[in-house]
Amino acid sequence: MLGTARGKPWNPYVAGALAGLLLVASLYASGKYFGASTTFVRAAGMLEQTVAAERVAQMPYFMKEMPKVDWQWMFVVGIVLGSCVASLASGTFRIQAVPDRFAARFGPSVLRRSGVAFAGGVVAMFGARLADGCPSGHGLSGTLQLAASGYVALVCFFLGGVVVARLLYGKGR
Amino acid sequence: MDLIFGLITGILFGILLQRSEVIRYDRQLGALLLQDMTIVKFMLTTVLVGMVGVYFLVDLGLAKLSIKPLILGGTVLGGLTFGAGWALLGYCPGTSGGALGEGRLDALAGILGMLVGAALFAESYPLLKATVLTWGDYGKVTLPQLMDQHHWVLIPWFCLLGYVLLRWLHKRGL
Repeated sequence: MLGTARGKPWNPYVAGALAGLLLVASLYASGKYFGASTTFVRAAGMLEQTVAAERVAQMPYFMKEMPKVDWQWMFVVGIVLGSCVASLASGTFRIQAVPDRFAARFGPSVLRRSGVAFAGGVVAMFGARLADGCPSGHGLSGTLQLAASGYVALVCFFLGGVVVARLLYGKGR
Repeated sequence: MDLIFGLITGILFGILLQRSEVIRYDRQLGALLLQDMTIVKFMLTTVLVGMVGVYFLVDLGLAKLSIKPLILGGTVLGGLTFGAGWALLGYCPGTSGGALGEGRLDALAGILGMLVGAALFAESYPLLKATVLTWGDYGKVTLPQLMDQHHWVLIPWFCLLGYVLLRWLHKRGL
């Protein structure tokens, strides 16, 4: 796929600069900054509402981040759609349950990869909510506004990530 | 209207993320293993372009800043915890959706995990709010405030530093 011009990856500087312009245009149009992790709180609240609506209504965190569809919620849905369209159009869509690098190190077990991904998701989202943002909210929107919290968070994201990635993969491959 | 803007912005962002491959597990782990800096190049360029554009809009009165507070307990502990989970999952909250969009099914397990993580955080919030989230609370502070400099004094320096870093990465073949 990488050999064909159609599926060749875009230059990250050009794509990154376009994303920067998109962010500015979006701020101008709707007054909203990029972010993603709050959406997972709202979605979790919406799911919990289906079994325990009264309890959700009384939980302080769901009062702060109401379980409803908002700008960011649709932004995250849009990322799924945009990626789907782009991958289909470029011939890079691929159903894959175990990434190549993971398979090379830990074997092709779908169950193992799913378990690690699930556990990683739990830990990552707990951390993101504790930090009040993820690589979008802190890493992009925070740092570009010169927010002190954005820089502290971004350094910590990478620090935690580098240490655990090393533990998983060692120094070499 | 907000919702439509959100959707359109997300679609365009998703296209950029997918076509530059920054949503791939292999690229994200590549960055954390300091072998493949594609996502750093993407993020840094986005931040520098965004920084100039956003402060331009703010100075013209066309947009407002939205600063998250710096609470060392939450930002540092949460940040490190996020990083650890990020290395296991190989996607961040935004890119997991993109990875699912291009057919990576492991992102779905990650998304389910993140929903559980969000629910667990909501359960723990009252306790955390009274403890960790009170440690080292500096409020909504920006670097121009901390350094007592006008933002247009700092922004050129950030652009220069970013350029030097990108050049260095480029020279090292990362």
